[in-house]
Amino acid sequence: MSRALVVLTVLTALIAAPPAMAAGKASLIDVEDEVMCVSCEIPLNIAESAQADQQRDFIRAQIDAGKSKEQIKTALVAEYGREVLALPDSEGFGLTAYLVPLALVALLAGGLALLLPRWRRRAPAALAETGEAPELSKAEASRLDEELARYER
Amino acid sequence: MKRLTVPILAAVAAVALIGLLGYGLSARGDDRSLDDAVARNERPAAPSAALPVLGKTVKQSLADMRGKVVVLNFWASWCPPCETEAPALVDLQRRLQRDGTGTVLGVTRDDSTPDSLKKVSEWKINYPSLRDVDNVLAKKFGSKNVPETFVIDAQGRVAALSRGEINRKFLDTAVKAALQ
Repeated sequence: MSRALVVLTVLTALIAAPPAMAAGKASLIDVEDEVMCVSCEIPLNIAESAQADQQRDFIRAQIDAGKSKEQIKTALVAEYGREVLALPDSEGFGLTAYLVPLALVALLAGGLALLLPRWRRRAPAALAETGEAPELSKAEASRLDEELARYER
Repeated sequence: MKRLTVPILAAVAAVALIGLLGYGLSARGDDRSLDDAVARNERPAAPSAALPVLGKTVKQSLADMRGKVVVLNFWASWCPPCETEAPALVDLQRRLQRDGTGTVLGVTRDDSTPDSLKKVSEWKINYPSLRDVDNVLAKKFGSKNVPETFVIDAQGRVAALSRGEINRKFLDTAVKAALQ
């Protein structure tokens, strides 16, 4: 009877626990290295100002309320705006922060697509021009002999 | 010609990147267009944006106050000069309300609602404030710091501005000019 009561109590506690508790309690260190001090425009974990201290107090209050890291970030955005997340704007000039890396990758891929076939064509052509196979080093020659001997066996 | 294709493309990409960097740096620079216009004794149109009233869900904009002088003051609870200048703004609000000629309008930025509300009570602020959460209005005014104050006339034009702490003399002179 008492065992059943213990199991029931544990199950009730687990069901009643908020999702944040299940996901692990957030900590100030864990949150402040992922957000910005909005007035100083540097990461909060290295910011030293009255505004940064207020922001830390706000995070502590959220942690005490049992909020998860994501919930705290959402609350920070509601109070301090999107700039608190240190993400570039998704419009205007901020858009280039997303587009430039993509453009660079595309440029690099295009360049390789253009150059690789040319390089591949150039290698046999160079071989045909000289009419000779490249010379082997002593080590390579002995290794080739060994391989051929093994193959013939 | 084919040999030059890749170097030309690389050069174009490099120039484009440098141009982008230059544009980005210039775009991040201070917007002094309002300052320059006011310095030339012009009255540029004041920008506007609908923002939530501090502690409420209802929104209000500067354009709603057309017809009266508005002393727009960007402030934050963590800012010592904002506290220093608050009594002058409180007195001004009392006078403007008594005469029915205008209002002081606070705009909080980089500040949480509970912190702002606490200071409204502590500093005995008697004028309304809006919350500029994403600095929408601040950017339009070229405002990057607090406190900053803009005196807007009844036609919705900027008559005077101060990028920093204000005093009673500035307020008296600027409001008098805006009322004319």
